Amino acid sequence: MKILVTVKEVAEAEDDFEIDGLDIDERYLEYDLNEWDDYAVEEAVSIAEEGDDVEVVSVTVGPERAEETVRMALAKGVDRAIRVWDDDLATAEMLDVGAKADILAAVVEEEDPDLVFTGVQANDDAFGATGVALAETIGFEWAAVVNRLDLDVEGGVASVHRELEGGVDELTDVETPAVLTIQTGINEPRYASLRGIRQAQRKPLDVKELGDYGLDSSVLETPVSRTAMYVPETESDATVFEGDAEETAGQLADLLRDKGVVEG
Amino acid sequence: MTDVLAIAEHRRGSLRDVSFELVTAGRELADARGGDLHLAVVGGDVDAFAEELNVEGVDTIYTVDEGEEFNHDVYVQVAQQLIEEVEPSTLLLPNSVNGLDYAPAVAERLGVPIVTDAIGVAGDDPLEVTREMYGSKVETTIEVDAPELVVTIRSTEWDGAEGEGSADVQSFEADVDESQVRSTVTGFEEAGGGDVDIADADVLVSVGRGIDEEENIVLVEKLAEALDATLSSSRPIVDNGWLPKNRQVGQSGKVVTPKVYIAIGISGAVQHVAGMKGSETIVAINTDPNAPINDLADYAIHDDLFDVVPALIEEFGGESPL
Ligand SMILES: Cc1cc2nc3c(=O)[nH]c(=O)nc-3n(C[C@H](O)[C@H](O)[C@H](O)COP(=O)(O)OP(=O)(O)OC[C@H]3O[C@@H](n4cnc5c(N)ncnc54)[C@H](O)[C@@H]3O)c2cc1C
Repeated sequence: MKILVTVKEVAEAEDDFEIDGLDIDERYLEYDLNEWDDYAVEEAVSIAEEGDDVEVVSVTVGPERAEETVRMALAKGVDRAIRVWDDDLATAEMLDVGAKADILAAVVEEEDPDLVFTGVQANDDAFGATGVALAETIGFEWAAVVNRLDLDVEGGVASVHRELEGGVDELTDVETPAVLTIQTGINEPRYASLRGIRQAQRKPLDVKELGDYGLDSSVLETPVSRTAMYVPETESDATVFEGDAEETAGQLADLLRDKGVVEG
Repeated sequence: MTDVLAIAEHRRGSLRDVSFELVTAGRELADARGGDLHLAVVGGDVDAFAEELNVEGVDTIYTVDEGEEFNHDVYVQVAQQLIEEVEPSTLLLPNSVNGLDYAPAVAERLGVPIVTDAIGVAGDDPLEVTREMYGSKVETTIEVDAPELVVTIRSTEWDGAEGEGSADVQSFEADVDESQVRSTVTGFEEAGGGDVDIADADVLVSVGRGIDEEENIVLVEKLAEALDATLSSSRPIVDNGWLPKNRQVGQSGKVVTPKVYIAIGISGAVQHVAGMKGSETIVAINTDPNAPINDLADYAIHDDLFDVVPALIEEFGGESPL
């Protein structure tokens, strides 16, 4: 069995930042493995550990910088990694959902996995759409926002819990092959061990161009563009308590006493 | 092709609020484009749903009598057939867990772009969608220069439509190919009850990822004890197993409306806010003065929780454990 996990390196903005044109200035961005993908990687790796002959392959669409994140996934137990990047991708203004699905679909076609795990969403742009769009593109069945998975490999069924709103899970049987978008909390992602980190250096990390999958820059054409980014006018009318911690704690204590919700 | 088609959402016999918010957003968009607003409801007691959905602003309601509950394989097929019938420029869907389970597939099947989690939609051509990025720290404008598209809207950003409607209610016969239905909903499960109901509390001391380590949870436990309050949390604390699931506030946890909600090291992500914005008084303790939680807070302390919380415990005669 083969599981393909999509992995994204996401940017997080520091507390203080500036916007430069259509994005936050590079200097104020920190990069990390997408939180949801960490759970997707763990889910795949733990299935591989329990089963015989399960290969876990990760795929990332991203620049060289993302290799640090990819190595982290390898250190956690992914067997082999693919990173798709080329000049066309580097100069693309925006990768919209359709473009991502098309690129990942080409990778799926080549790799022929039984399952694809993606994160529910990426921390940075939070579109939350890639996994389901990919499933449709490749003709796989799917389930979004999965917080529990029982796999019946022989029966070709993934029994999942989908986490709906309000603390309710939907129980669904999904035919495989399938794309599952993985929710945080489904497992406990491991930390990479030192041994894992050493091993990761020797694991294959292939860099592929769109052309390697028979794609060209037309796959990136999209009617969707970002035309502005700004910090919204603050809606805050909060009273800010000033001073050192003792002073602010004192003011908050007074407030709580005034409200009559605490004693003492 | 200036019409808008929206598809309502229901679960276990009830329409969800976002269905009425779709009407408001859809009406706005249809007006801006000079078109009609069509609303469809798929599965369940469609006639009763249609009656409820017949509020001001809806031109046509299509009832599609297919199954009881949401199934994405059915919804994708029905959406596609409705689109062929109505030929809308925009398909408007909720950015809910179920919305995100089929909207991207519909867009992909039709070969049209999708923009999710909209908090604003301007009707000019090209369509301009407002959405957030980087954990609600910034907003962006997304322009879509296409004749047709799919947009999902964030819940509670638009008011729910009310009033008596005069929609033309029609039954729509969908032709669902059962061989394409490859998933089966077998039931629902309620997340466990547990020892406390945080929804009952007058004062919630709520802790987020700013607490950093499991060992530090004692600090907020001690504060809750000193204030005679109840301890709750954001999702990552529960995901990490530091507190049980019944303590989680938010979209996938509990909705709480205490007299005072003290958010400690919580950024205020939209899914968290969904569970606590109805609190009477909100206090935020956060090192980041720009954290979105500040937009909601009535009182804020922009400082390190590891300084403020011990001082607060001492204010109430307790002793800081750290
Ligand atoms: C489908 C779905 C459902 C979800 N459901 C929920 C839900 O029900 N509930 C929920 O909470 N989330 C939910 N989430 C997750 C949500 O998107 C956020 O990831 C989460 O709320 C973030 O939690 P946080 O604010 O504790 O962490 P972060 O966003 O990481 O924020 C931590 C905050 O702590 C502050 N901080 C750090 N150190 C300190 C310090 N020393 N002193 C003071 N402040 C400090 C930081 O400035 C920051 O603002 C859901 C997500 C999805 C996709």
